[in-house]
Amino acid sequence: MSNAPTLLANSIATLSHLLSSKQCSAVELVTEATQAIADCDGTINSFITTRDPAELLASAQKSDERRTPESSPLEGLPYCAKDSYVTEGIQTTSASAVLQGFIPPYTATVIKKVDEHGALLVGKNNQDAWGHGGSTENTDFNPTKNPWNTAHTTGGSSGGTAASIASGMAVFGIGEDTGGSIRNPASFCNLSGLKVTYGRVSRYGTIAYASSLDTVGPLAKSVEDLAFILQAMAGRDVLDGSSAHETVPNYAEGLTTSLTGKVIGLPKEFFSDALNPEVTTAINQATAVFERLGARCTTVSIPLLEQAIPMYYLLALSETSSNLARYDSVRFGAGRELFTPETKRRIMLGTYALSAGYADELYKKAQSARTQLIAECASALDQCDVLLGPVTPGPAPRLGELINDPVQNMLADLFTVASNVVGIPSLALPAGFSEAGLPIGMQLMGKKFAESTLLNVGHQFQTATEWHTRAPKMLGGEA
Amino acid sequence: MTKQQDTTTATAFSLICGLEIHAELKTSSKMFCGCKNDPFHATQPNIHTCPVCLGMPGALPVANRTAIEWVIKLGLALNCTINLFSKFDRKHYFYPDLPKGYQISQYDIPFCEDGYLDTPEGRVRIRRIHLEEDTAKLQHTTVDGKKVSLIDFNRSSVPLVEIVSEPDITTPNQAKLYAKKIRQILRYLDIADCDMEQGGMRLEANTSVQSEAERTAGTLPAYKVEVKNINSFRFLEQAIAFEVSRQTAVREQGTLPPQETRGYNSAKGETFSQRSKEEAEDYRYFPDPDLPPIRFTPEWIENQREQLPELPDSLLARWETTYGVEPRFADSFVESQTSATWLEAVCNETQQANLKPNDVVSAIHNKKIVSTTGDAPEKTIAAYQALVATDAVSESEVTTAIETVMTANPDAVAKYQAGDTKVMGFFMGQVIKELGKKVDANQIREVLTKALS
Repeated sequence: MSNAPTLLANSIATLSHLLSSKQCSAVELVTEATQAIADCDGTINSFITTRDPAELLASAQKSDERRTPESSPLEGLPYCAKDSYVTEGIQTTSASAVLQGFIPPYTATVIKKVDEHGALLVGKNNQDAWGHGGSTENTDFNPTKNPWNTAHTTGGSSGGTAASIASGMAVFGIGEDTGGSIRNPASFCNLSGLKVTYGRVSRYGTIAYASSLDTVGPLAKSVEDLAFILQAMAGRDVLDGSSAHETVPNYAEGLTTSLTGKVIGLPKEFFSDALNPEVTTAINQATAVFERLGARCTTVSIPLLEQAIPMYYLLALSETSSNLARYDSVRFGAGRELFTPETKRRIMLGTYALSAGYADELYKKAQSARTQLIAECASALDQCDVLLGPVTPGPAPRLGELINDPVQNMLADLFTVASNVVGIPSLALPAGFSEAGLPIGMQLMGKKFAESTLLNVGHQFQTATEWHTRAPKMLGGEA
Repeated sequence: MTKQQDTTTATAFSLICGLEIHAELKTSSKMFCGCKNDPFHATQPNIHTCPVCLGMPGALPVANRTAIEWVIKLGLALNCTINLFSKFDRKHYFYPDLPKGYQISQYDIPFCEDGYLDTPEGRVRIRRIHLEEDTAKLQHTTVDGKKVSLIDFNRSSVPLVEIVSEPDITTPNQAKLYAKKIRQILRYLDIADCDMEQGGMRLEANTSVQSEAERTAGTLPAYKVEVKNINSFRFLEQAIAFEVSRQTAVREQGTLPPQETRGYNSAKGETFSQRSKEEAEDYRYFPDPDLPPIRFTPEWIENQREQLPELPDSLLARWETTYGVEPRFADSFVESQTSATWLEAVCNETQQANLKPNDVVSAIHNKKIVSTTGDAPEKTIAAYQALVATDAVSESEVTTAIETVMTANPDAVAKYQAGDTKVMGFFMGQVIKELGKKVDANQIREVLTKALS
């Protein structure tokens, strides 16, 4: 494990410049990625499948050859993807033994789009199986360890994706967020992660957890990086009936707009005793930064936030009980008995919530409450430009803490589920560190399709702070 | 008293029947994906498939717009109300021919509701018409000595329209008439081929027999028996008739027939029990989150209504009034819009040529002339004229022929003069044969009658 500065530690903008000015090559980038995987992934365990190094090298060479001045900022950059995205010819498992050995006959739209921009897929990441979890421990491929402290979880369910980027194995990654699954691991690994507006990015080829809550989104080392990736991912897909017709703006434009006059609302329901005091401190520090940048911070109230967890779990579990019905081992895959206890638990609860005699009280009521929460959030967002809140109740727990306590496991999603239930975008970014040296993140939530606003506010925060520039000890950082 | 003699009991129970009809729509692609919709003529199994209709991980459905438009057309043709807001729901159950473990169907807000269809035996109300996807096709066979079930996904996710009637049907014949009419309309609108042998149209009858008391009180019997897998109109009629007898016999004993699903054995002419339906299965319906709901404007619906072609019943009635054409002759021409348009043109031209359209149409119907849809109307009229053209015969030729025949058949003459007028037919035939020409029969009859008297 080398402590020398790596190429992959650079931002997308810097790498794009280095590549286009021939100061480095895609071949060098993938070589570094392959070396990092070889050195560290035995410990970190962020990948389930990695691409053959020779193949990867060949595609890097092709990338260098086809480069023109018009090449995308993503051209030649090694990236990783959660194993919930089908990739033709490459094993895709959703981290479940049920899909061990499954080779999809087609590729997810988001992967296609990113590949078309010239990025190079390095491997498929470990996760909580089927999205069921917030710690990458509900996996049949062994937990992923947090690069900042390998006794702790990396978060989830896109834990492997976050760990790969944080340990220098890829420049960026594609995760998936249904109840916090991008934002949670991003925060635990000191990364920036974006949960997009529902429908902003195509879900075609995404192994479904909860169809009305699932979103496809990027993770990277900075908000600026996210803008470039989102540019490649966003847009209408005719293969996804729920994908939005909304035009895709230029996300890099407006990143540096001043925050003067911007109003940032803090929902009081988020700042309760459930919150670790270190997280409260970090957010208070952040509000001071925002005010120095010219924004005004204020308190808002969204009472139904307190019901967000029951709403989310009733809806998500109902939908997952339905979405997992196809894994009957008739056409592909192994038997259902191989579902983990946590997944079986969720299927049973979801089936119950939809069953005759209970569906009205449970599923339908959750849907009605959802409509009301949507209205409350919209009303709060009328009073401010963005909302600010914590991502998780505290920094990354120790391995074993959450997976063995199903209720605590569910409560880890306390602050993140509302965005999915309502469909609004939410940006997670580093906000500090705990005494023990573990990253603490915060999130900015906005109106539907207001990713540009979130990216602007987040980027400006990152010009005034340096939390996001820190790297874990394993990469030579000081932590 | 045996049952045969007990006529009061025999008529005391009457049929209450509703039909559920499924028809595969003939859109070019499937209901929720772009695969070719061709389940019957595919050269191999599993060639019209994709991740969506195979229920692969990550696949998503996208609704076929044409299929929806066609269901609306059907609903309007059957006098239904169209719901301006509608949606697809997931219907959950496990079976190897259902790849996703749920069928995308419609639950509480179908596209069409509250319509009706008139039959010669009365009106049958239609409760609802909805759209759903078909399942794959299972084939039970033996491969290498092992009993296996093979699954062909060519049919998976083909659009299926389901038409549910109210239990207004009161005779097996009416059931047959209703089902035939539905097929006629589906074919006329050119939205389904309804090939019953292949399963392009499937019939299910929900039957019960109602007692006098129930009829008076206006209550339905507290059970119903579903008869499934009937693939012909004749079998439909037979199966329902069998059920009426079977259920009546049970009720006459004072008990209710068990609520169940039965199949029909056409060889034996009997229904047989398939499974008990005491409890409805819990399908855990909920709106499919992958498919946004569908909203129509009243203007768009009216536009669809205006674009509907004139339907068979209306055509037959109008042809009768305008052209004097009897429906029994014109019936076969209302199977498609092409043949109907053609027949209308023939009627019109015939009328303009001062000929009787009914005569022409009946000649075509009875295959007295060779004429098919698409032939130029003039050609058809010419063929008719050739059929009825008579050669000119002089009076003396007629008189000579009559004399010849009368001389050759003195006994027949005697019979006629004795009062047996039926012999006239014999004489007509003989005279016409003698003349050896196509003659106007009426002209002959007049002269012959005079000669024989």
